[in-house]
Amino acid sequence: MAVNQPQPTSLSMTSESTAAAQTATPKMRASNVNFYYGKFHALHDVNLEFATNKVTALIGPSGCGKSTFLRNLNRINETLRDTRLEGEIALDGENILDMDVTEIRRRIGMVFQRPNPFPKSIFENITYGPKINGRLKGQSAADLVEKSLRRAALWEEVKDKLHESAYALSGGQQQRLCIARALAVDPEVLLLDEPCSALDPIATAKIEDLLVTIKDQCTIVIVTHNMQQAARVADTTGFFLLGKLIEHNKTDVIFKNPSKKETEDYITGRFG
Amino acid sequence: MSLRNARRNTINNVMLTLCGLCAFLTVSTLFLILGYLVYNGGKSVNWAFFTRLPLPPGQDGGGLANAIAGSAMIVGMAAAIGLPVGFLAGVYLAEFGGKTISFWIRYTADLLNGIPSIVIGILAWGLIVVSMHRFSAIAGSIALSLMLIPITARSTEHFLLEVPRAMREGALALGATRWRTLATVIVPAARKGIMTGMILGVARISGETAPLLFTALNNQFWSNGPMDQTASLPVMIYTLALSPYDDWHRQAWAAGLVLLGLVLLATITARMIVSRGASLPR
Amino acid sequence: MATSVATAQARSTPKHRFGADEVACGITLLFALAIFAITLLMAIQLWRNSAPTRAKFGFSFLTSSLWNPVTDQFGAAPYIYGTVLTSVLALLIAVPLGVGAAIYLSELAVPKISNALTFLVELLAAVPSVIYGLLAIFTLVPLMRDYLGPAIQKVLGATPLFSGHLYGVGYLTAGMILAIMTLPYIISVSREALMAVPREQREAALALGATKWESTKDAVLPFARLGIIGSIFLALARALGETMAVTMVIGNQPAIHASLFAPGYSIAAVIASEFAEADKLHRSALIELGLVLFVLTMVVNGSAQLMIKLTTKKGSAKA
Repeated sequence: MAVNQPQPTSLSMTSESTAAAQTATPKMRASNVNFYYGKFHALHDVNLEFATNKVTALIGPSGCGKSTFLRNLNRINETLRDTRLEGEIALDGENILDMDVTEIRRRIGMVFQRPNPFPKSIFENITYGPKINGRLKGQSAADLVEKSLRRAALWEEVKDKLHESAYALSGGQQQRLCIARALAVDPEVLLLDEPCSALDPIATAKIEDLLVTIKDQCTIVIVTHNMQQAARVADTTGFFLLGKLIEHNKTDVIFKNPSKKETEDYITGRFG
Repeated sequence: MSLRNARRNTINNVMLTLCGLCAFLTVSTLFLILGYLVYNGGKSVNWAFFTRLPLPPGQDGGGLANAIAGSAMIVGMAAAIGLPVGFLAGVYLAEFGGKTISFWIRYTADLLNGIPSIVIGILAWGLIVVSMHRFSAIAGSIALSLMLIPITARSTEHFLLEVPRAMREGALALGATRWRTLATVIVPAARKGIMTGMILGVARISGETAPLLFTALNNQFWSNGPMDQTASLPVMIYTLALSPYDDWHRQAWAAGLVLLGLVLLATITARMIVSRGASLPR
Repeated sequence: MATSVATAQARSTPKHRFGADEVACGITLLFALAIFAITLLMAIQLWRNSAPTRAKFGFSFLTSSLWNPVTDQFGAAPYIYGTVLTSVLALLIAVPLGVGAAIYLSELAVPKISNALTFLVELLAAVPSVIYGLLAIFTLVPLMRDYLGPAIQKVLGATPLFSGHLYGVGYLTAGMILAIMTLPYIISVSREALMAVPREQREAALALGATKWESTKDAVLPFARLGIIGSIFLALARALGETMAVTMVIGNQPAIHASLFAPGYSIAAVIASEFAEADKLHRSALIELGLVLFVLTMVVNGSAQLMIKLTTKKGSAKA
């Protein structure tokens, strides 16, 4: 059952930290989540936990519901018409469905599939989030911009053109700008919806590297179509199929020793 | 929820409610207009309105039959001139035009659409009234047709372009010439939209007053034909509304109701036929 | 065998037939050029027929306030002032209302309601100008004279903008009816510009914790900026040239007054009122006014068209 997978380099959990991670309250927990697009039952009884300061990857074939599930974690699905969410999603133990949605979205950030910077300068893109959330007081905007761009591994490339339009950047740079923008409000969780699917391999590698560096300040959930990517960056991986969470475990285990047949079939490429 | 977020949420709710208010205010204006017109016009519309000539102030029982007939004649002639010209121009733009020349004609047509109708009236005056040395219905018709041509051209072009390329190529592949394809396949396919555009255009010009003010002028009696001054509904409404007499005001309301009724009827019918056809002239 | 091949080859190379297609192209081109001809003719006519006053007054025509057909003195200033003032007033009222309504229709309303309401709003554009004038005379004018005017004067009556006797007719009344007439254009075009903004822009702002209003204000509106400004220019072009409704409620006074309640005049209004009976120099003056209006609306409309065309290209390019 062992499959040839590249050795994940980010996994270095000692038995101690594993135990600690398992007993601490998970940063986020989804319980009995059901989701409907109109009459279509898109997610069935999903139960999933996200450990603090770890990277969790969600994988599965097209249309399996992984993106839909991700978009419920910051309640952005509510902006679509005729949708319904049942169940509970907790952040630090509190149900996010009962909390103020703008506060939720400040604490749980999102990076989208295609880069979507605002038609503003690089500087203004980054200061937008802190500005509306009132976080610019007490620290200079320039410092915040530099800090965010450094975390997103973009500072060196744009430090001389902060006031130029964001659209002047390449696709990969724009996506890192979106990551910097999301980080600028200091989120506790960062959701990434197939962030590299529109990018070339070099840009992809840069983003994967930076994800590893930011996870100690932030819990990361990343939806990806690319199993190798999950193997490279994720501590744990969840496999979705037809709206159900089939299996969730340490990435190692999922790829080398999956317990469900469906998982194994997907991993070995029996279906896409 | 923090105080700041509470404030932001309040602002959010207030601003979004205001926006909704704006929308409903605008729509209710339409209903107010219609309501007021129906109320005041309905009181004064009667059989005499459609059959009798205007009477001097103080005498009851007059009508605007001459204005109704006059409008029909003026608009009819304008349509007879403007629709074919506009249609053929639109055909050129859609089917034959090269890139630059089409662009400039299109741009000019849109500019023409934006020129105030009174300036078009001046043009028609200069061309027809001056050379004929008289005010006449035909001058008014030509003024209106000058407005109709660019409207019709753009809307015809729009609907011809909407016909799928596959249909066009199907006919050409069978050996049909371009004009034959046009006449037998493309134009019939687009005919609903083209007719809609024409109806909307005619509805629009039938409500126009300014171009008629010094071309067809006005007439208290029946017009003696296209070469004579002719009364029209819009000009009558203008004259009667500005007069100091109450019964003439009543006639104005009645005329307004009839005119608006016809224009709205034509517009709604046309729009229902094609959901997003030749909308506002841009 | 060889001959049939040769004939087949000869038939397959399309010989340029001067047939029906060329004729059709030519005929339709003729009619299409009519549009050019009309515009050109208009410019020529306006220029030639205004020659007498242009020769006599030169540029002072545009700056002088003296308008006296009896003594053959003609100055366009009061009309230009009235035209511009009423249009600006109209925009001041219609733009916030219109953009607000467009935001509602594009961002908040369910598609069914949005489409139905937009249909109704666009019907407002089909109402003839003279009908707006008719309504304005008998509803807006008394309203202004008896209720709105006194109410405004109670608060702002001391200022020069709002002082003076209340006739009911005047710049403000004309501005108000113009606002109602230009609203449908602003709403319709702005709504389309807003709907063209890609969903990802809204979601980007929302995902950072913005409220719906903040996302609309900061992400959607700037993106749709060009289209909205185009709609405003369109409305301006219409307002500048609006004749009947303005003629009926502006008061027909060829003088410049500071107060918004004062009666005034506009270019289109004076042409409508005086052209039929004017002669020689008077007529030339009116035609020169028409020339001014022609140039004004061409410039404004031309810019509007450019902006609107640019938005539709931009929206799809940014996607």
